[in-house]
Amino acid sequence: MSRVRVLVGTRKGAFVLTSDGKRERWDVSGPHFAGWEIYHVKASPVEPDRLYASQSSGWFGQVIQRSDDGGGTWEAVGSEFAYDGTPGTHQWYDGTQHPWEFARVWHLEPSLADPDTVYAGVEDAALFRTVDGGKTWKELPGLRNHTSGPSWHPGAGGMCLHTILLDPSQPDRIFTAISAAGAFRSDDGGETWRPINHGLHSEGIPDPYAEVGHCVHRIAMHPSRPGVLFMQKHWDVMRSDDAGESWAEVSGNLPSDFGFPVDIHAHEPETIYVVPIKSDSYHFPPDGKLRVYRSRTGGNEWEALTNGLPQSDCYVNVLRNAMAVDSLDSCGVYFGTTGGQVYASVDAGDTWGPIVRDLPAVLSVEVQTLP
Amino acid sequence: MIRVVLPTHLRTLAGIQGEVKLEVPGPVTQASVLDSLEAMHPVLRGRIREGAKRRPFVRFFGCEQDLSHEPPDAPLPDPIAAGAEPFMIVGAIAGG
Repeated sequence: MSRVRVLVGTRKGAFVLTSDGKRERWDVSGPHFAGWEIYHVKASPVEPDRLYASQSSGWFGQVIQRSDDGGGTWEAVGSEFAYDGTPGTHQWYDGTQHPWEFARVWHLEPSLADPDTVYAGVEDAALFRTVDGGKTWKELPGLRNHTSGPSWHPGAGGMCLHTILLDPSQPDRIFTAISAAGAFRSDDGGETWRPINHGLHSEGIPDPYAEVGHCVHRIAMHPSRPGVLFMQKHWDVMRSDDAGESWAEVSGNLPSDFGFPVDIHAHEPETIYVVPIKSDSYHFPPDGKLRVYRSRTGGNEWEALTNGLPQSDCYVNVLRNAMAVDSLDSCGVYFGTTGGQVYASVDAGDTWGPIVRDLPAVLSVEVQTLP
Repeated sequence: MIRVVLPTHLRTLAGIQGEVKLEVPGPVTQASVLDSLEAMHPVLRGRIREGAKRRPFVRFFGCEQDLSHEPPDAPLPDPIAAGAEPFMIVGAIAGG
């Protein structure tokens, strides 16, 4: 019978949650790296017991951890993330130019083909890659050196590269997203990049239709249809049918189109999920009701999924990396909250229940479906 | 032998229990102590200092003095060099 492994990064450690295919009873392992911020944990798709974790601390900096046994044991590997050449400057909160400074790794994206190759999205925004299992990391400087780089600026959470999508149909195609610069695409393995933000509209920037400067929160891609992308922006849920060349808003009847995560059903590429949040200044769900919204039409028409989720007095947030799906026949959907709950639905969102309730604030959730 | 006390998170990271005891060749300074510590425990490279610069939220104490702002190549107090007192690496009181 298949198994499911949920990899949870929190403000104070990592947790590994495992269950059989019924997904009724869960074993909780952790905290791993107790006391450290774990921004992301992700497995190699070609070697599922190979996990990579981003462990960081305001005191002691960045560590990358690797496990070769599915999270049972870990080894600290390379931790040096040096920008290529002289890093230059980007726009700071007050409009002045500010030097690029490495803070942490937000996102780890293992290669679709090689367990030793992993991409890392970092703050201040840049893309790094290891080809030796995390021992050494080198920047792919073409992204940071894009001519628009000096105009990029941090969002409230820092100037982070938080989303990396690898196109399974075109190995040299990579999508990234940066807060607050926007989405970018490379068609040559990360050497050169161009912004793909046409159609985005953001009221909070001087030119609402600017080529860069948009606070993209998350992008999702279904592996069977990599040219179709869904985006949760600071405000607005967007869709692209041409690999990011153009975007159209699909917020439709959502109660709020502000939010952080967006994800796609494992077997239905037109079924997508978001978690509406009241606004950028509230960062909690509208009306104190935690509702996942599902569209079965690729956007525009949304239904609230509430069964098993708190529908009163709930004021948690769901962060951008904190939603994922499994690929069992009945697709499981999972998300973690800043209140420390990890909720799961084993029926594609119809009903929900907590796997765990009282973890530290959840930063990231990834799911593996194992044989 | 130089005695070094590390904060909990770095002891855990490096798999260390209790104090670290180090042989430090030549003059006993912040830099030479950290060089020896990092040679013994490479996972600590970059965790206490970045290059030669102390991380902002790391402090060095010893002999009831804050040594954090002393030059890295300045000799540490004699009781530390003699192993009578530990060189303490401390996570600064910051945040909640």
